[in-house]
Amino acid sequence: MSDKYLEIRNITKVFQTPEGGEVRALDDVTLDIASGEFFILLGPSGCGKTTLLRSIAGLEYPDSGEIVLQGERIDDRPPYERPVNTVFQSYALFPHMTVGDNIAFGLEMENVAKEEVANRVEEALEQVQLAGYAMRMPSQLSGGQQQRIALARALAKKPKVLLLDEPLSALDLKLRRGMQVELKRLQRETGITFVFVTHDQEEAMSMGDRIAVFSQGKIVQLDTPVEVYRRPVNAYVADFIGETNLIKGTVVAGGISLPGGNVLPTDQLAADSVIPASGDVTVAIRPEDLVLATNGMIGGTVRDIIFTGDSVRVHVTVGDVEIIASLASYGTEIPAQGSKVTLSPEHRAARTVAL
Amino acid sequence: MTAVTAPPKKPVQRGRPGQSSPKVAYLPIIFLTFAIGVPLLIILVYSFLEKPSQGTGVKWVFTTENYKALFIQQKLDGTTALDTRYLKVLWTSFYFSVITTVATLTLAIPTAMWIATRDARKRNLLVALVTLPFWISILIRTYGMRQIIADQGPIGKFLGLFNIEWSILYSPPATILGLIYVFLPFMILPIYASAERFDFRLAEAAYDLGAKRMTVVRRVILPSIRPGVISGIALVFIPALGSFLQSDMLGGGKTNMVANVIANNFGQARNWPFGSALAVLLIVLTLLFVLIMQGAAQRRGGKVELV
Repeated sequence: MSDKYLEIRNITKVFQTPEGGEVRALDDVTLDIASGEFFILLGPSGCGKTTLLRSIAGLEYPDSGEIVLQGERIDDRPPYERPVNTVFQSYALFPHMTVGDNIAFGLEMENVAKEEVANRVEEALEQVQLAGYAMRMPSQLSGGQQQRIALARALAKKPKVLLLDEPLSALDLKLRRGMQVELKRLQRETGITFVFVTHDQEEAMSMGDRIAVFSQGKIVQLDTPVEVYRRPVNAYVADFIGETNLIKGTVVAGGISLPGGNVLPTDQLAADSVIPASGDVTVAIRPEDLVLATNGMIGGTVRDIIFTGDSVRVHVTVGDVEIIASLASYGTEIPAQGSKVTLSPEHRAARTVAL
Repeated sequence: MTAVTAPPKKPVQRGRPGQSSPKVAYLPIIFLTFAIGVPLLIILVYSFLEKPSQGTGVKWVFTTENYKALFIQQKLDGTTALDTRYLKVLWTSFYFSVITTVATLTLAIPTAMWIATRDARKRNLLVALVTLPFWISILIRTYGMRQIIADQGPIGKFLGLFNIEWSILYSPPATILGLIYVFLPFMILPIYASAERFDFRLAEAAYDLGAKRMTVVRRVILPSIRPGVISGIALVFIPALGSFLQSDMLGGGKTNMVANVIANNFGQARNWPFGSALAVLLIVLTLLFVLIMQGAAQRRGGKVELV
């Protein structure tokens, strides 16, 4: 994944707020996307991920920096001269055109011959499993179908990069899961490079080859889903990707002192954890990495027990903080509320994180 | 203790919120019936009556001569010939109205789009500015226009500095200028109402799919604001066809529009039946235009916002 297909070089974009202030939507962002990659831009709303996507599309012009596709600069070109296409969050289907005309629109702009337009419209509809829908109007379709048409319209252009701006956010969970699988399949089959914007970490992890985690206009971490999940660079990423217990502690001899008089031995932490000689640190432990133990390292009182079917979530008050442990639904004796328990981190998955 | 239970009350019948009683509409319906229906009926009846030999009014004798007189001239020797005078007047009215409609449309579309793309606060101010002329009587505005475009008015004096002759008052161009000026807001407002609802993300999508500026306008923006354009055309063309003031005050009565001829027959010419017949013809032609527009709107599958 080291070849440079789409390069984002030092992109900065500042927006003026109506109050006269400034918002740095993108702050000197640099990243390389490989050919055929499913690349995710992940972050909360207002973190700059959509601005970056729109800058690649040409719907936004960065204040500085370069966007290079296959060695050619495209950031100074208008959107209609860039070989990239977008699937919009709102779908943006033309309401006065049939589904077929919507898909044909982009091809007509390229002066594709009439018979070929018809063939490619048919092909695009088959790709999204809506063959035979060409004569319908967008208003006659469900949200999920409109979403597929928006996808077909962009795919029909055979773009060098397909940009997807939170395309699944308006769908319900079940439909969304189905579309995630389908998008992944489409991407594999077409070999088109996908750049996908989302604020949903689960979606990001299930689809992406690599994820760029954004915060306030900067990339905080860029790695594969497994790495981002297992080795978050800081507390922000650890908290944003999945669920994490972030516990403040102090470095003591042989371990880290946690609230409630508990000490977590250093040899229980991930091998690559950075532990300073002294002072305060933050320990991140995922709920699923904690187990109930007879002589565990973290003692506390059970406050709440939540049965979710596939797991039992036990909220344990430890000193002045609450730690959540997610236990297997079967084979675990569920502790009573108010009882004293001890928890142990497993597989050395606990680690110190920078704030 | 015995509880005194009141008999269950009959629930008060209320309409659903937002649904008004038909009674509310009675008064306007009655008013409109009298204010529009009755005068129209009078005009229709008068158009089939004879003109009295003396003075104004009508003589209660049935005749179709008034309609014949619109097209046929009775010569002194008793022979008849096609009379094109009134057809020419109708043609002038039609032609002025078409120019007015095309000109206001050309000016209104970019204006409305521009207003619709401003932020909310500015938009409201700009719409208020468009409606500003309504605050002043049309008579006063037309007088004002006459001063401005007069040969020795500000435009004439300015052009005089460069030895350019300026003389349009009391000529057809002045009438058309007056019509464009008066009807422009009626074109801008409905188009703006459509443009404001336009989802500009659709324009972005069109750019993204490879469309250039003019293609975006032609294939995405114009079809989306079509209901507003059709309303605007109806709101401008129909009243322009029957307008009176501009050709009277700015055109100098030299090139008459049909409304001027009708007014003249009710006034100086004292021929109420003939004026009525001409008025009926104008109404019929206007209705015909509305029907054609409606047909065109329906054929293209759009929402019909006429009548």
